[in-house]
Amino acid sequence: MATQVVMPKLSPTMEEGQLSRWLKKEGDKVSVGEPLAEIDTDKATMEAQALATGVLRKILVGEGQTVPLGAIIAIIGEPDEDISGLLSEAASGGAQAANKERIEDSTQGRAYGAPDELAQVVPGGARTQATIEGQPIRGDVGGRPSAPQAGAPEATAKAEPAPKQPQAEPSGDSGNGRRGGRLVVSPIAARMAAEAGINLNELSGSGPGGRIVKRDIEDAVSRAGQQPAPAAQPEPAPQAEAQQARTMPLHSPTFDGAAPYREEPVTPMRGTIAKRLVTSIGPIPHFFLTTEIEMDRAVELRRQLNELDPENKVSLNDLIIKVVAAALMQHPAVNASFQEKALRFYERADIGVAVAVEDGLITPVVRSANTKSVGQIGREVKELAERARSRKLKPEEYTGATFSVSNLGMFGIDEFTAVINPPEAAILAVGAVAPKPVVRDGQVVVRQMMRVTLSCDHRVIDGATGAKFLQTFKKVLENPLYLLA
Amino acid sequence: MAVITIREALNQAMREEMRRDESIFLMGEEVAAYQGAYKVSKGLLDEFGDKRVIDSPITELGFAGLGVGAAMVGLRPIIEFMTFNFSILATDQIINSAAKMRYMSGGQFKIPIVFRGPNGSAYQVSSQHSQALESWYAHFPGLKVVMPSTPADAKGLLKSAIRDDDPVIFLEQERMYGSKGEVPETEDFLVPLGVADVKREGKDATIVARSVTVPIALKAAEELEKQGVSVEVIDPRTIRPLDTDTIIESVKKTNRVVIVEESHQFCGVAAEISAQIMERAFDYLDAPVKRLSGADAPMPYAKNLERLALPDVAAVVAAVREVAYLD
Amino acid sequence: MRPRGEQDEAGGAAVAVREDAAPDQAELREEHEHRLEEQRKHVADVDRETLLRMLYQMVLIRRFEEKSAEAYTLGKIGGFCHLYIGQEAVAVGTLNALRKDDYSITSYRDHGHALVMGTSPDEVMAELFGKAGGCSAGKGGSMHLFDADNHFLGGHGIVGGQIPLATGVAFAAKYRGTDSVCLVYFGEAAVNQGAFHESLNMAQLWKLPCIYICENNQYGMGTSLSRAMSLSDVSKKAAAYDMAGEFVDGMDVLAVREATLRAVERARKDGSPSLLEVRTYRFMGHSMSDPGHYRTRAEIERYQERDPIKVFSTTLRESGVLDDAGLKEIEDRVRAEVERSVKFADESPEPAPEELFTDIYASPIKK
Repeated sequence: MATQVVMPKLSPTMEEGQLSRWLKKEGDKVSVGEPLAEIDTDKATMEAQALATGVLRKILVGEGQTVPLGAIIAIIGEPDEDISGLLSEAASGGAQAANKERIEDSTQGRAYGAPDELAQVVPGGARTQATIEGQPIRGDVGGRPSAPQAGAPEATAKAEPAPKQPQAEPSGDSGNGRRGGRLVVSPIAARMAAEAGINLNELSGSGPGGRIVKRDIEDAVSRAGQQPAPAAQPEPAPQAEAQQARTMPLHSPTFDGAAPYREEPVTPMRGTIAKRLVTSIGPIPHFFLTTEIEMDRAVELRRQLNELDPENKVSLNDLIIKVVAAALMQHPAVNASFQEKALRFYERADIGVAVAVEDGLITPVVRSANTKSVGQIGREVKELAERARSRKLKPEEYTGATFSVSNLGMFGIDEFTAVINPPEAAILAVGAVAPKPVVRDGQVVVRQMMRVTLSCDHRVIDGATGAKFLQTFKKVLENPLYLLA
Repeated sequence: MAVITIREALNQAMREEMRRDESIFLMGEEVAAYQGAYKVSKGLLDEFGDKRVIDSPITELGFAGLGVGAAMVGLRPIIEFMTFNFSILATDQIINSAAKMRYMSGGQFKIPIVFRGPNGSAYQVSSQHSQALESWYAHFPGLKVVMPSTPADAKGLLKSAIRDDDPVIFLEQERMYGSKGEVPETEDFLVPLGVADVKREGKDATIVARSVTVPIALKAAEELEKQGVSVEVIDPRTIRPLDTDTIIESVKKTNRVVIVEESHQFCGVAAEISAQIMERAFDYLDAPVKRLSGADAPMPYAKNLERLALPDVAAVVAAVREVAYLD
Repeated sequence: MRPRGEQDEAGGAAVAVREDAAPDQAELREEHEHRLEEQRKHVADVDRETLLRMLYQMVLIRRFEEKSAEAYTLGKIGGFCHLYIGQEAVAVGTLNALRKDDYSITSYRDHGHALVMGTSPDEVMAELFGKAGGCSAGKGGSMHLFDADNHFLGGHGIVGGQIPLATGVAFAAKYRGTDSVCLVYFGEAAVNQGAFHESLNMAQLWKLPCIYICENNQYGMGTSLSRAMSLSDVSKKAAAYDMAGEFVDGMDVLAVREATLRAVERARKDGSPSLLEVRTYRFMGHSMSDPGHYRTRAEIERYQERDPIKVFSTTLRESGVLDDAGLKEIEDRVRAEVERSVKFADESPEPAPEELFTDIYASPIKK
């Protein structure tokens, strides 16, 4: 059982060793524990002991030679043993490299990674110092649960070196869940707000330092459900943004400073839009009905009307307003409003027409549209819209509609849902008219099609009620002659 | 069901198990002739004799190790520490031997041993006799750590601990030995290790309490109910393995947590529970988890200082109100 | 003797070799003769099978440890590795006084004890290599060999920690009404630990059949006995507990066995424990990272003259129990076994990753 004698690791930092003197010569008997040779390491001269008993059969490293850790320096075996295998292994050098690697792995733990880091001296930083000199750890004990902790964290922060990048605004409580520019909200409150579609920016937190907590969300939800009156702190939130807020209520705290933005003061108009719409989508239980209408005849009628009176052209929307007004007369339940203790049904159709203006929208009212001709409606809408754009409408001209129409067809919108303008009970969202393949009498033909969606306040209008209204609207618009019937 | 004290419940548990299994013996200081320093082992010497109920010399390291050795070869020792303060002398045998024997032998040995005795504060016995050591023992894989708070739990858990095949640290509380409660009289009554108990149901906040802080938490819950706050009280009963599922379920319901303990706060069991809540129920929290612990100071002797060092009902009420944002 | 200090020891070991006057050759010869004489007196009392088994076991330990040392220098064995070379007569002599239903337990210098208790060299070597085929499934390593089937209760890593455990094993033997005994081994440095004194007190108080065997190799890691113990006659410490105490020459396997047989007889009779101080000598460093500069070459040579294997094999030859061919046969058998153990260990797989979390509890509570 011949054994190899390898250059042993005699100090923790040793990488190689110089064989300074052999204490035995080839052919000498050696016994375990006996000194075999003297080795100069990086630190001092040390002895290499025999780890086996037998005869020193072969010396492979001469005195004065330096070899790496794990190199085979000699072979111990029985006098008559065949050691040729070990000799050729030693000559190949492959074993030595493997030995060295294994020895280093096992003595330095390198096989398991990371000791390079462990080997580095990490100087204690300012934080270390602060901890050492810091205050004793304080816990809430016995009788007094502490108020906001005023202990270690601040002390540590003080000792930290000034950060290179400016931090957020100086911290300070600002009431509505904001602290130093961050929205402060408890995890469960954030989740509940997201689920309820509540914009956290509009809430003020009642927790410590203005933290928005669970009960603030519960309050907001029940407040919104009970009173359609304006919320306590209205803020700009046009439709699109309000919807965005529903899905991303946490944009500021989590992604602080990520997206650049500019701020413009809220105009009174923007404030009113927000106020009115916010009192709508929250408390009003909306439902939506959509139908598709063939517009070929309506388009033809409009063309003929405009041919008759080129000075006074009407739009398809004017015709739609006329048809809406006519249908409302047949379905008074849709021309109504919810008044907490009563349902109010209107006896004429005052149609609000949504008009886009430079920084918002306004809904001038065409009074008694049911009694007016399409041309008359067309003239009125044009005139109201012009004054709306120049901000010359009087309050009574844009309030008090009984039903509204919003048309985004000119923007190429095929179909959308509109938010009810309280206290009205419904609004009709009108999409674009476009040629589409449809099936008529088993044939695919091209027709001018338009999709409309009726938003209904379920407290006033039930599904069938709304559907019947739409049915009438569709029937009349598809055959405008009904207007004369 | 009979109404008995925790002391009697523990006595019954040992008596019933020793009748059932010959390989169980009880060893500790004053357990036999003196009938137990706290009379937990009262009458056992008479029934089982000095072969099985053995007064040991005051030599904690020695008799703890003796117990582990006997468990290695098949006995089921119950080692009583007169108080767990003295177990500190025996930690080498508990941690280096009992907790690791199975692992370092590649699963060849099981160590069915119970180390039991009072843990935590007593009355005015000062610093060296008032320590709560559960976080020490719960730190080590290989040990199970149990802390009952009622007579029924004490009996059912001790019986389970004695029957368990692993080393169990069974931490009683000196102040609670006289606590009374209903205990089922059947001999098969067991309370499983590793299962928390909801001591009181509620919806506004959760108190996690163990051992002597459970009755404090329950009193605080009563007080809070008068104030319109509905509190759930959870007693983990076993610290390792900890039934975090029950705690997490409660947190999901109440969103607010106060953890009450008499041990020191730093690196304590409340810290562990709090971390687990943060990891597993972060999105359900409405307030930071609140820990209410024993003072970060050795236990003083003076009565007024001792009282200040431990959580009491008023402190728990205040802590719950704090997490529920009521003040 | 504390393993945890060893890295420092190795680091601080960079001192020059101590040159020393050569030992007095005449004195050595005289000493050797004396040993032989003592042993010859006893050899007739022991059956041939036992004699040959003991020689075989001693040679097995020696060759196994030599191979372990080689494997350690090759990096196949990691961590701490405490060799038993020179102390073979202690494990072999004492354990050959036992029956199969007795127990033994020892410290971290445990390779030899495991081999004599019947653990296969394959499993021991595989354990040293950290392999799944090891006797402790690769989780214990050199210091924590265990073999429940063979009543070997392990190698324990905290100095003196195994002594109370052994006392408990003896307690259990008595509790069950058997006459099994437990042998516990520890180095002389462990005698200073409280665990030793607490255990001896209980064992004598309760008459527990435990035999406390102090393997006095005269060095607690690098500190000689005289520098660490106020009363360095360890066997005398038994008197403090009113216990039987005996001093034995640990280089004479037959003397060791006889002393143990006497202690075992006392233990079986009425549970009386004993303390045996077995004076021995380790030829190697405390562990593989020990350069051994606290001893002189002359001292080592003097003890090598008393090499227990050399002495015992000479005795057997001179007593006609064994001839050169017989000795060679033992050597050949041992070499083959040791070679095979290395092959087995090399080929044994590493423990599977999931083994990290097994064997922590006997009855785990799943959540």
